[in-house]
Amino acid sequence: MTSTQPAVELSGLTKTFGAVTAVDGLSLRVEPGEVVAFLGPNGAGKTTTIDMLLGLARPDAGSVRILGGEPADAIARGRVAAVLQTGGLLKDLTVGETVRLTANFYRHSRPAEEVLERAGITGIADRVVGRCSGGQQQRLRFALALLPDPDLMVLDEPTTGMDVEGRREFWQALRRDARSGRTVIFATHYLDEADAYADRIVLVRQGRIVADGTTAEIKNLAAGRLVRATLPGADQAALAALPGVDAVEVRGDSVLVRTADSDLVARHLLTRTAARDVEITSRNLEDAFLALTTDHAGA
Amino acid sequence: MTTALNATTDRVAPDRRPPALGGFSPAVLGIELRRVLRNRRTLAFTLIMPAVFFLIFGLPQRGQQLPNGRAVTAYIMVSLAVYAAMVATTSIGAAVATERALGWSRQLRLTPLRPTAYVAAKVVTAMVLGLIAVCVEFVVGAATGVRLSADVWLLTGLGAWLGSLVFAAFGLFVGYLFPAENVMQFIGPILAVLAMFGGLFVPLEVLPEVLRDVARFTPVYGVGELARAPLTGDGVSLAALANLVVWTALFALGATRLFRRDTARV
Repeated sequence: MTSTQPAVELSGLTKTFGAVTAVDGLSLRVEPGEVVAFLGPNGAGKTTTIDMLLGLARPDAGSVRILGGEPADAIARGRVAAVLQTGGLLKDLTVGETVRLTANFYRHSRPAEEVLERAGITGIADRVVGRCSGGQQQRLRFALALLPDPDLMVLDEPTTGMDVEGRREFWQALRRDARSGRTVIFATHYLDEADAYADRIVLVRQGRIVADGTTAEIKNLAAGRLVRATLPGADQAALAALPGVDAVEVRGDSVLVRTADSDLVARHLLTRTAARDVEITSRNLEDAFLALTTDHAGA
Repeated sequence: MTTALNATTDRVAPDRRPPALGGFSPAVLGIELRRVLRNRRTLAFTLIMPAVFFLIFGLPQRGQQLPNGRAVTAYIMVSLAVYAAMVATTSIGAAVATERALGWSRQLRLTPLRPTAYVAAKVVTAMVLGLIAVCVEFVVGAATGVRLSADVWLLTGLGAWLGSLVFAAFGLFVGYLFPAENVMQFIGPILAVLAMFGGLFVPLEVLPEVLRDVARFTPVYGVGELARAPLTGDGVSLAALANLVVWTALFALGATRLFRRDTARV
């Protein structure tokens, strides 16, 4: 039994703020060792979910289990650590002092030098936190999260406010740290981050999970379009052979083609066949995805 | 208890027990103290200013004597030591306001440090700085000619120091009341007024009678009387003792309530 203990188990998690339902009956199970991206636009309920996951907010309904126990217990035992957007740092301490101070809160912690190195901030250990850039402070928070050598690492939009270079360096540091056994959950509104660093993407919108799968599955869902046309006696095999086509379905006189390249399918249908009434539609998920990636990409 | 997860068996399982004493440790205290002693503003207001006050207002009274024959400069020195210690302990207690405003207390909630251990570290740090403040004032006094017997040095010093515990509680109370980064900027003047009413800057006898009556109910009065009693030989009045007990209880209760409210918030 114990070996199948999930790293995270959320069931029916709900949180409302006044008239706004931030998280709406969200259930999620994360197995040990998974790297999961929580992908969604600002206001999708990612931060609220993470706050409840860590015991920083109390759900109105539903339950949270981390590594088989209460979040507070997992924190007290150093089994979970987090990098949040809201966690503040003391401006008058140096980077190194902040790490050493925090290390003393745990019964057991990794050496300060090691986590500074892994977070890529050894060079600024003597710098006062107040004089560090946003990206450097974020990497300091990451170093602090590495101290207990946690089984579960939670990161809430860890690269917000960083420039492209800062983001790249941060993810490199996280990737360097990636090793077997540690479960990682990170929230992001950047599709490319989710794609590059997660094994699994959980898409959230308006406090609900709208899709959940491997990055390949999600990308496929997101990129795909549906081309529908009236074409009696359609050559299913020829359509299926077109590049980018996932599936071809014939319904009476209509043919439905799921594809990543709708232009190519449409061109084929209109120039090589007798198809008419060609319709190209985005699937619902893509609507969600576009909302995620276009409206908020720069935010 | 769950055993180590399959996927984690490739690394040495760290000791996963929660920390002893909720994370309170001498190392944490050491870093806290270093922080405090590095803060020029704190040092200026708690160590330097009261010493300068003594040089400006105390030294000109040299040669004057109290009714029991002891030096007036000693009376001023002890009063200013009380003032120095109360500013010191208040400023450390009130630092929780800054740390809450910065979001550090939220960051701490992601660590095993218990809120009570956090407050305990603040109180101990406050008392250490309070002790340093009393010592500095006494050293300046001794260096400029204050002579007292060993027991009077010790008892007045202990009175000034231990009495400042009230203000550690006061600082925490204010710190949990206002999450502002610059909270000491408005507490500083309040402390000065309270010190005035506590008879730390001028003897209460020189105040008009109405003010003198009011003064007996203000929070510095009891501490001042207690600290100076071994010097004046007047003994501690019941009113002064009651003042000390009531204000300590009030501030500690207020701080505890606000602290509970703060930690219950999830």
